Amino acid sequence: MTIAASDLKRMFDAIAEAIEADRDRLCQLDGVIGDADHGIAMALGFNAVRDALALVDLAATEPTALLNTAAKSFLNAVGASCGPLYATAFMRTAAAVKGKATLADADIVALLQAMAQGIKDRGKAEIGEKTMVDAWQPAAEAAGASNAAGKDLAESLQAALAAAERGAESTKDMIAAKGRSSRLGERSLGHMDPGAASAVTVIRAMRDSLS
Amino acid sequence: MQTKKIINDGNRAVDEMLEGILAAHPRHLTSVDGSPRSIIARDGARPGKVGLVIGGGSGHEPTFLGFVGKGLADAAAIGNVFASPPPDPILECAKAVSGGAGVLFMYGNYAGDVMNFDMAAEMAGMDDVEVRTVLTTDDVASAPRDQRQKRRGVAGNFFIFKAAGAACDLMLSLDECERIARKANDHTFTMGVALSPCSLPQTRRPNFDIGADEMEIGMGIHGEPGIARGKLGTADEIADEMLDRIFTEMAPKRGDKVAVLVNSLGSTPLMELYIMNRRVKQRLDAIGVSVHATWVGNYCTSLEMAGASVTLFHLDEELQTMLDHPCDCAMFRAG
Repeated sequence: MTIAASDLKRMFDAIAEAIEADRDRLCQLDGVIGDADHGIAMALGFNAVRDALALVDLAATEPTALLNTAAKSFLNAVGASCGPLYATAFMRTAAAVKGKATLADADIVALLQAMAQGIKDRGKAEIGEKTMVDAWQPAAEAAGASNAAGKDLAESLQAALAAAERGAESTKDMIAAKGRSSRLGERSLGHMDPGAASAVTVIRAMRDSLS
Repeated sequence: MQTKKIINDGNRAVDEMLEGILAAHPRHLTSVDGSPRSIIARDGARPGKVGLVIGGGSGHEPTFLGFVGKGLADAAAIGNVFASPPPDPILECAKAVSGGAGVLFMYGNYAGDVMNFDMAAEMAGMDDVEVRTVLTTDDVASAPRDQRQKRRGVAGNFFIFKAAGAACDLMLSLDECERIARKANDHTFTMGVALSPCSLPQTRRPNFDIGADEMEIGMGIHGEPGIARGKLGTADEIADEMLDRIFTEMAPKRGDKVAVLVNSLGSTPLMELYIMNRRVKQRLDAIGVSVHATWVGNYCTSLEMAGASVTLFHLDEELQTMLDHPCDCAMFRAG
């Protein structure tokens, strides 16, 4: 499968729609262990990406430039925690596919891996700390393993989604060590991390749009 | 059911508030051209002076922009409600207030703020503006004593920014301004209590549940759950519980001096704050600690949350000089 800038734009549109539909649930999850704004921030960010990409001349734009536009528009619309995290993720994807006019299956897997690594680096979080890393890292690893085993992109994205869902679910059993909820100690137990929950929504929209 | 608010559009609340603030305080405040979320003092930055940039999420007014003015902060970067500003408005603030002597970033210790301000500091460095960062960590309830660096910054920002702003206004070096800012942070101790939730303009739903007869000690200024929930106590009981924890950390000695801030989280009225302050004074008198100055009112709010915080600023000669240094801000004046 060959993915062009126009496909990436469709992917971002799909993410924006999915996050908007999930906004209130994400705010409620965040209200339990944080400050109830995660759905708002994520929706603001991806809506800004959608609006910025609507102005891009897709025929004359390489994936790297499109991904950098996504990074900048997300960051400047949001701030918060997810602004720098997702902006860094998109900047890393832009670097990962630099110079390519279109993307192959393996590039999309590399893109997922670059996102996960960017989020880890910017947030200085590791697996098990009850953050979005608990969804992103297993998703990237599962996609990588699936791709290495010769599976097609649809299967690899499905593997990523399943891993992200398991990862998000596993945050219920974690005590938060990073971010605002880390001040709660054991009171964060039993609740899903909203950043991991929104990561699942993002990855599901990516699967739906690219498969 | 949605909470009641006097707004037009939840998504425009911050920008419309800023329009109203600039309209009310044209003598003190303006925004950077082309960057409406970068609010700067009319009479602040000047050549050779360390620039002080503060900032963070909206919803805590008069924190942060109310403390922008001569003798205090030179600029505030304004985020969405309870969300850090992105790097761009922070960078614009830094460039606008840079007088060639460096810029100090000061803000509460929250993961989002740290990432955005750090990105802005890196960008400022590329523009040859040297930036130092001092995080505020005055909330005693938010992490154990041996992990002070993990604590949140809350209402005690008021004293910490004030001391740092004075140091900058006195034309001290970047090293000295940073040292005094860190020292002020180390000498500031806050405890809060929440009685009822607030609601974001975009959601208009209470951001946490709490029983009609309950209070939560140590709750954060964004509604982050605190350290203990219990039946609502009397003003004296609440003040005692807060002060016991503050005294344990501050270790005051007979003859010491403090400044006091009794702060409303939004909807708790002055009457209740002054009832608490009465108890604060009694407890300080009992241990022979004198009160150099007291502020009571809305200084660091959480929208319409009900509740209060008590902050003690443990003074020495240097910090007292900084506290007494004159300042003239839109929402705060001293000296």
